[in-house]
Amino acid sequence: MLAVDKDTFQSEVLEAKGYVLVDFWSDGCEPCKALMPDVEALEEQYGDKIKFVKLNTTQARRLAISQKVLGLPTILLYLDGEKIEEVTKDNANRAGIEEMIKKHV
Amino acid sequence: MSILSYNEEVNMENFYDVVIIGAGPAGLAAGLYAARAKMKTLVLEKNKVGGQISTTNEVANYPGSISNATGPSITARMVEQAEEFGAERKKDNVVEVDFSDKIKIIKGEKGIYRAKSVIIANGATPKKIGCPGEDDLTGKGVSYCATCDADFFTDLEVFVIGGGDSAVEEAIYLTKFARKVTVVHRRDELRAAKSIQEKAFKNPKMEFLWDSQVVEIKGDGVVESIVFKNIKTGQTHEHHAAEEDGTFGIFPFVGYDPLSKIYEGKINMDKGYIITDDDMKTNILGVFAAGDIRVKSLRQVVTAVADGAIAAVQAEKYIENHFEE
Repeated sequence: MLAVDKDTFQSEVLEAKGYVLVDFWSDGCEPCKALMPDVEALEEQYGDKIKFVKLNTTQARRLAISQKVLGLPTILLYLDGEKIEEVTKDNANRAGIEEMIKKHV
Repeated sequence: MSILSYNEEVNMENFYDVVIIGAGPAGLAAGLYAARAKMKTLVLEKNKVGGQISTTNEVANYPGSISNATGPSITARMVEQAEEFGAERKKDNVVEVDFSDKIKIIKGEKGIYRAKSVIIANGATPKKIGCPGEDDLTGKGVSYCATCDADFFTDLEVFVIGGGDSAVEEAIYLTKFARKVTVVHRRDELRAAKSIQEKAFKNPKMEFLWDSQVVEIKGDGVVESIVFKNIKTGQTHEHHAAEEDGTFGIFPFVGYDPLSKIYEGKINMDKGYIITDDDMKTNILGVFAAGDIRVKSLRQVVTAVADGAIAAVQAEKYIENHFEE
């Protein structure tokens, strides 16, 4: 999964064409770390249709808030740079993320 | 109908002496004891090992856990210790159980497991306030996990709802980030341990709103306001985010709900908590429960690990008495 930061988020996500899935996580978020292997597994499955990236919010708090992310884990799905759907907290599990993906691709 | 008719392949590989559902302190202690007793042991966890303590910044009251003992650091040691003795661990979410036969069947999202005995250690999860707006704004200012989300509220305002140990401890933790932390409690005194209260009252960033409950949380995309009701006077008032902030945090710690839904109608419970005897036995032979999910007076790491140890020893005895070599 491509790691983006506050400098590359604009070009890799907001200016990207097609679907981009962003995994918002942080150093202190244990549920995020437990979830990441599941997101990586989904990338194996859907990586040809969706670009998967991850953003560590520890160094990008303002950026996360600008995307209306105020809680972790949160997974956002973008299409052509527009946020189209998200799952957060208890719904941010493998089944919930896959359901969101399947709705669109 | 047995869930095995689900037509999934079940082989000896997925057949265990004991399957432990949940890898919090209770489940990990059970795993350690079971594996040490040379039982073929599997610990199932749907998400993060450690359960509730994995999102606890400081575990100050577990004997031996002096300075710098965080939830994750204690958890990591428990996992290492259980695995060192041979307990197997898998990440799977248990969705259904069938305890009707001597061989118990546990169905996860990823596989089906069979076991001679089962230790239920699903634990509990923070209770919701139950007011309008709470669900929609979860992850948008409402959070039940301070260690996950505290960072977002750096220099902002935060409200912590509740007056027990976890509420006040998390409030103190949040003062490291937030500009101001207000503890909202429905009584006029805290229920938290005296030592925790003392720390809280001395903290210059902390304020208290007594006799109050939350009746609504509002916001378009993120939390923008919260409505309190004074229980004594019946008066309500709405607090809005400061204009320059745009939002604030709300951390409810108003108690816990047992994670026992999949056992409903299958095991004896009281208000969702599983009833056991002193040996952690449920009403079903070969099925034990340990930790926060069972009816007990003190739900802490120290009692969870004790439950887990007892359950594992009893499971071993049960297998000795009910299964031939």
